[in-house]
Amino acid sequence: MITLLVKRSLQFVFTLWAVATLIFFMLRVLPGDPIEFKYLSEGGSVAAEQLQAQKARFGYDRPVHEQYIRWVGGLTRMDLGISVWSENPITEEIRSRFGITFQLAVVALFIGLLLAIPLGVASALTRGTWLDQLIRVSTVSGQSIPSFWMAMLVILALLSTTGWIPSIQEARFTEQPMEYLAQLFFPALVVGWRLSAVNARLLRSSLLDVLGQDYVRTAHAKGVPGSRVIWRHALGNALLPTVTVVGIEFAGLLGGLVVTEQVFNINGIGRLLIQAISYNDLALIQGLVMLFSLIFVTVNFAVDIVYALLDPRVRVH
Amino acid sequence: MSPSDSSPHPLLKVRDLSVSFASETGDVRAVRGLSYEVRPSEILAIVGESGSGKSVSSLAVMGLLPGNAKINARELVFKGQDLLSITPAAMRALRGREIGMIFQDPVTALNPVLTIGEQITEPLKLHMGMSESQARARAQELLTLVGISDAPSRLDQYPHQFSGGMRQRVMIAIGLSCNPRLLIADEPTTALDVTIQAQILELMQDLCRRLGVALVIITHNLGVVARYADRVLVMYGGRMLECGTTATVLQQPRHLYTAGLLSSVPSLDSPLVGRLAAIEGSPPDPRRWPEGCAFAPRCPHAQSACRGETPVQTTDVGSVSACVRAPEMAAGTLSWTPLHSGRHTVAAPARRAADKGSLVELRDLEKTFSVRRGLWSKTAEVKAVGGVHLSIARGETIGVVGESGCGKSTLGRLLLRLEEPSAGTILFRGQDITHLRDHQLRDFRRQAQVVFQDPFSSLNPRQRISDIISEPMRVHGLVKSRAEAREQTLQLLNLVGLREDHADRFAHQLSGGQRQRIAIARALAMRPDFIVCDEAVSALDVSIQAQVVNLLSDLQQQLHLSYFFIGHDLAVVRQIATRVVVMYLGRIVEVAERDAFYRQPLHPYAQALMSAIPSVSDAAGTRRTLIPIRGEPPSPMAPPSGCAFRTRCPHAMPECAQQVPALREVAPGQQVACLKFA
Repeated sequence: MITLLVKRSLQFVFTLWAVATLIFFMLRVLPGDPIEFKYLSEGGSVAAEQLQAQKARFGYDRPVHEQYIRWVGGLTRMDLGISVWSENPITEEIRSRFGITFQLAVVALFIGLLLAIPLGVASALTRGTWLDQLIRVSTVSGQSIPSFWMAMLVILALLSTTGWIPSIQEARFTEQPMEYLAQLFFPALVVGWRLSAVNARLLRSSLLDVLGQDYVRTAHAKGVPGSRVIWRHALGNALLPTVTVVGIEFAGLLGGLVVTEQVFNINGIGRLLIQAISYNDLALIQGLVMLFSLIFVTVNFAVDIVYALLDPRVRVH
Repeated sequence: MSPSDSSPHPLLKVRDLSVSFASETGDVRAVRGLSYEVRPSEILAIVGESGSGKSVSSLAVMGLLPGNAKINARELVFKGQDLLSITPAAMRALRGREIGMIFQDPVTALNPVLTIGEQITEPLKLHMGMSESQARARAQELLTLVGISDAPSRLDQYPHQFSGGMRQRVMIAIGLSCNPRLLIADEPTTALDVTIQAQILELMQDLCRRLGVALVIITHNLGVVARYADRVLVMYGGRMLECGTTATVLQQPRHLYTAGLLSSVPSLDSPLVGRLAAIEGSPPDPRRWPEGCAFAPRCPHAQSACRGETPVQTTDVGSVSACVRAPEMAAGTLSWTPLHSGRHTVAAPARRAADKGSLVELRDLEKTFSVRRGLWSKTAEVKAVGGVHLSIARGETIGVVGESGCGKSTLGRLLLRLEEPSAGTILFRGQDITHLRDHQLRDFRRQAQVVFQDPFSSLNPRQRISDIISEPMRVHGLVKSRAEAREQTLQLLNLVGLREDHADRFAHQLSGGQRQRIAIARALAMRPDFIVCDEAVSALDVSIQAQVVNLLSDLQQQLHLSYFFIGHDLAVVRQIATRVVVMYLGRIVEVAERDAFYRQPLHPYAQALMSAIPSVSDAAGTRRTLIPIRGEPPSPMAPPSGCAFRTRCPHAMPECAQQVPALREVAPGQQVACLKFA
């Protein structure tokens, strides 16, 4: 287990460094300068010296390799630089918006798994019946309908039936738990539904596979009741591939958050990313991409650990 | 001894059991009118080849068949309870409580994510209402009973931390946990090595006798039947063909199939015959059983009466048989003689003596694999093959035996240069081929071919048979045109006993035995001098195995081939080999001429191996004494110092730990690596 942790930690650091390097150079290759964009777009005009002074202030006048070293050096000190557009430290910008997005992601993940496990199990156990067909059709639609469209459908449905959509950022979980959950529920449902679709389908096929295994027959031969065979003997094995996919699909969940926040008008880091891109705010884009990578890598790190806990064969003894 | 045949209360009574599976290509009638009884504390063996319905019939008794199975029976009674009308809950209460079951593959039969303790205590808590601590105490008791030491700590381990033999012991512990009256073991030792097989079967026999449990062993191995069963039931084509006490059925068979099966099995001690009296053909398709006796199409003595009803009748020796010619067999006017078809009618030429000069010579051959365990731990060296000296003459067959992990397959791969030797030299026709490259290596490859164990995975499912066979000829430029390749392919098919129309089929359209013939034809296409047969007949049914062994012998006679025949069945090796090599943990411990070896193996390991193999002749009561061989082979990662076998050897001396004994000639034609002979 220790070896596994050490190995994964090294991979963790390496992956983040690689992402930092890639995003830095990719943004440098693209045309457009954040300072010029801020001061010269929409017909603005600023003196060349002033522009130069602004560039110097944010460090965009330095040679690319120096900028790179500053960027990576800053990362090691948790310093992501300063946003050109808002002129605030990027860590501040993220901190003020991270909470809502994090809450949304957790609720979405929770909804996703809460839907996926019963749907997948029900689908596998009723294989070939109308229920199985229904679940499979709905999970295919979950996978194929884009999040933003789904989000708009949900808003339309809410407006036309209740005339109400939950407003965001009013309730706190500690004070008004029901309102808090209500405001997060619909955006989280949109994001989580997609995750559940992938996992329900995967769980269905892996459970069917596991139910044909010899050790399931052994459990039946021991006289274990059918429901216990499924929950105790089969599900633990069937969930293994699902756990891996949760890690991979988390990237999709983050992507879903970016657009869903936009549609539901939630001022989270997803929306911040879209703003950063539209303002060509390089440092902010870099910082947010790093944040998303950090989350993604952390989740997959956690998935590896969970996998090892679920599957004794992976543990190193 | 078996209880008398007229025991009033059989434990399990099966009358006219039929099982069929609905499938798209028609109903598969796996079992057709099977009747038998199991009496308290007897051991009944159900023997048959794959597809005979032996496993399906037992799964039907357990109620473990999938939903598409249709079960019919006139009577299916266990301990006075009708299993046909029983509720699922009541059936569940019987399973694991009154009837235990042990499956073939202990590696897949245990749940990988649950601890051994959880898996053993589950039925105890479920059926016996034990508390966690009571169940755990009982589980420790059970592990000790099945010979697993250090039970308390083993209970918290997972299946992957146990060897195959140990896992099967765990399965037995689970099967016996609730003191069942009946234990059904479906091929319990087929996946295990022979010394482990002997340990497991001795254990099962001993426990069933001591605890008064009736045991049904489902097996294809007649040796296992002979050594362990009180009664035997022979199945073929979903039906019972013959049933009676083991000694009667095996010594005085009254069904021609039983007789044919018995003569297909090579034995360790009966006089050697040039060819096995094999059953020709392959088992019938379960969707289209022949009329009457299912064996009639393959039986050389079938008559028109065999196509009609073949009722089961009591024979002169007290067994029951469904053979219409049983009375003639009883009178001694009819016995099994194999049908010689096609070219086999030509008398086989006398075995040509092996040439003096050696074709392949191995000098101090060694193969080490490095295994990394974890990131920081240093790489461990595993010596898969060490210090092998061997020469193989032209036209000779070296039989290589040993348990899994002994390095016999690695040695075969080294000979073919499929694996790079770590040290030592390989000479082929006097030329050093140890480091050949490119076209020289390709030229060598043409002359040395291989036939693998599994005919299902070693043939490309998307290629036609003709392409599979002709591809190597075209690659090596042995044929000039497509027409010539085709002609050669058809000749080869003929040579291995297949028809020309097999050329245009795909591998999945052929039976296991036919596929193995294709694999042999593919090897022969290169006109090689030397063929490595890596467990080439191990996956085949007894009757098919005999056919392929005969084919290999015939081809050797005709083409003057040398074989390196890797096997684990000493009786099969006896049938085909001229010399025998016994390996243990990467080293050769004995090399001997066949006859000398089978008369008296000298290395303690070879002796133990030989005694562990159950033989059909055991039924006669001439059972060879089993030399107990303790424990399991040590890990090749940490081999014992000196002689690797000393940890399990009954004759081990302190000196054995000091040095690795060298092979030396201790009797004419018999070299042994053991200090006992120093």
